[in-house]
Amino acid sequence: MLSEDEKKEIEAEVKHCNHRQAACIEALKIVQRHRGWVSDEITEIAALLEMTAEELDSVATFYNLVFRKPVGRHVILVCDTVSCWVMGYEHIREYLSDRLDIGLGETTADGRFTMLPVPCLGACDRAPVMMIDDELHTDLNPEKIDEILKGYL
Amino acid sequence: MERPLIEKIRPDRGPLDIKEYERLGGYQAAKKALYKMTPKEVMDTVKDSNLRGRGGAGFPTAQKWSFVPMGDDAPHPKYLIANADEMEPGTFKDRLLLECNPHQLIEGMIISAYAVQADIAYIFLRSEYRLAAKRVMSAITEAYKSKYLGEHIMGSGYSLEMRLHTSVGRYICGEETALLNALEGKRAVPRAKPPFPQVTGLFGKPTVVNNVETLSNISHIIGKGAEWFKGLSLSTDSGTKIYGVSGRVKRPGLWELPIGTTIGEIIEEHAGGMKDGVGFRAVIPGGASTEFLTKEHFGVKMDYDSVQKAGSRLGTGMMIVLDDRTCPVGMVHNLEKFFAHESCGWCTPCREGLPWTEKILHAIEEGRGEQGDIEKLESLAGLMGMGKTFCALAPGAMEPLQSALKLFRDDFQRHINEKRCHYKGTVPIYGRSEAES
Repeated sequence: MLSEDEKKEIEAEVKHCNHRQAACIEALKIVQRHRGWVSDEITEIAALLEMTAEELDSVATFYNLVFRKPVGRHVILVCDTVSCWVMGYEHIREYLSDRLDIGLGETTADGRFTMLPVPCLGACDRAPVMMIDDELHTDLNPEKIDEILKGYL
Repeated sequence: MERPLIEKIRPDRGPLDIKEYERLGGYQAAKKALYKMTPKEVMDTVKDSNLRGRGGAGFPTAQKWSFVPMGDDAPHPKYLIANADEMEPGTFKDRLLLECNPHQLIEGMIISAYAVQADIAYIFLRSEYRLAAKRVMSAITEAYKSKYLGEHIMGSGYSLEMRLHTSVGRYICGEETALLNALEGKRAVPRAKPPFPQVTGLFGKPTVVNNVETLSNISHIIGKGAEWFKGLSLSTDSGTKIYGVSGRVKRPGLWELPIGTTIGEIIEEHAGGMKDGVGFRAVIPGGASTEFLTKEHFGVKMDYDSVQKAGSRLGTGMMIVLDDRTCPVGMVHNLEKFFAHESCGWCTPCREGLPWTEKILHAIEEGRGEQGDIEKLESLAGLMGMGKTFCALAPGAMEPLQSALKLFRDDFQRHINEKRCHYKGTVPIYGRSEAES
């Protein structure tokens, strides 16, 4: 069930749009902000926006950062694109995998982290880089990663 | 040397608020345009300035605007959109302009929107630029409070609403018609052109989509004039350009320089040349979708026509350097993996061809390549060339591949013959630290 807050926030977005469907990406973001991911409440969101659930799911699954599966408390986005690759992305990913005991697309057993690859983060002069939640972390190396991870409980 | 785009940016790259922006002369150009100029005069000034789009394609900005229907019969609302979906690999220039001088973008958008008589403006921002989102949002709020946005801007007869849309990922959103679909709450697949967005764009209404750097130039052109703008450059193109370099150079970064600065100057002087222990091999001059150039091109001016003549494209003007200890096959594999992942799936050659290309490259890199693979890749590059696919994504993906097959053919062949990557184990690791240790 969508909460009253979620519904209210979605309706506020609808007001800015020409038709209800145009608010659907905002709606998915709102629900994801409240729950961490977009569960099968997607049916309810769709009804609210006068779409079919299939239509909305086709939008939700198109975009990289709408999560249709539960994720950990923190999402690590590791840049796997060219400048970071040249600067040692593969070692960074391997180190993260070893430290957290997960591969790309997986969540740690304690639900703390999910690790995902992300296309170029636009911080190529400070490669290799990753984001955790809203924060960008640059010039990565193993010691730095250890330090950074401590900040996310 | 004048650096209009970055001159107001604080040395610590901290937030520049509206008071400070105004104190440094900000919003004077918007006043000039709205009080003293007709929309046509604004458009003519931008036309005279010869400004070309900084997003990658280099299309003349005023010409793009000129297709928008004008006059009393024109359909409304009309839209102006800032394309801030900076996702071209190796490109980080708009991030600087968005984070450190958002009012320059907003002022440019007000003037541009006025020129095409748009009613609503959007900034389409990629999801991961969280700091930019925060600062742009607060700049929009400030601009509304100071009556630079909203009804009857600064007491003039012109009104403009502005909204920030933060995206949820996918490279294809940077393609202007795919961007329109994303804003309409659809899958971001490209649309057929014609009709062009200037006539039938967002929600079917006339729409102009311009890059952040392009729009950030507008206030300066209106403030100081077309002749001044032309005088900034070292070539036939006008203005300055934000150039950047990433890869194993001593000082990766970005610089605002006269357009037409040479590739060699940017890499050797501004980026400080290669790190100790590695040599220069090649460079992709303008983001991932451009062809490799080599040392013999160091004298080439970084402007649209010169880079084209040298066999590549200026693109975003953001260079990615390949050094002599990094495997070119691995690098091209990484690029094609990106493009295969980001293909929107709308047209068959791109959806099927890019993963196939990636698979072959992966096999070669891992020592599973077979004789004939190089020819297969060449044929795929031909099949996904310009005009063979629905949009420019796959042709862009083929540019670095095609040039790599020519320039590094021996490396591809050796991988296949020896059934291994002969660079493995020679690649230094961990970014900057290795040069310093």
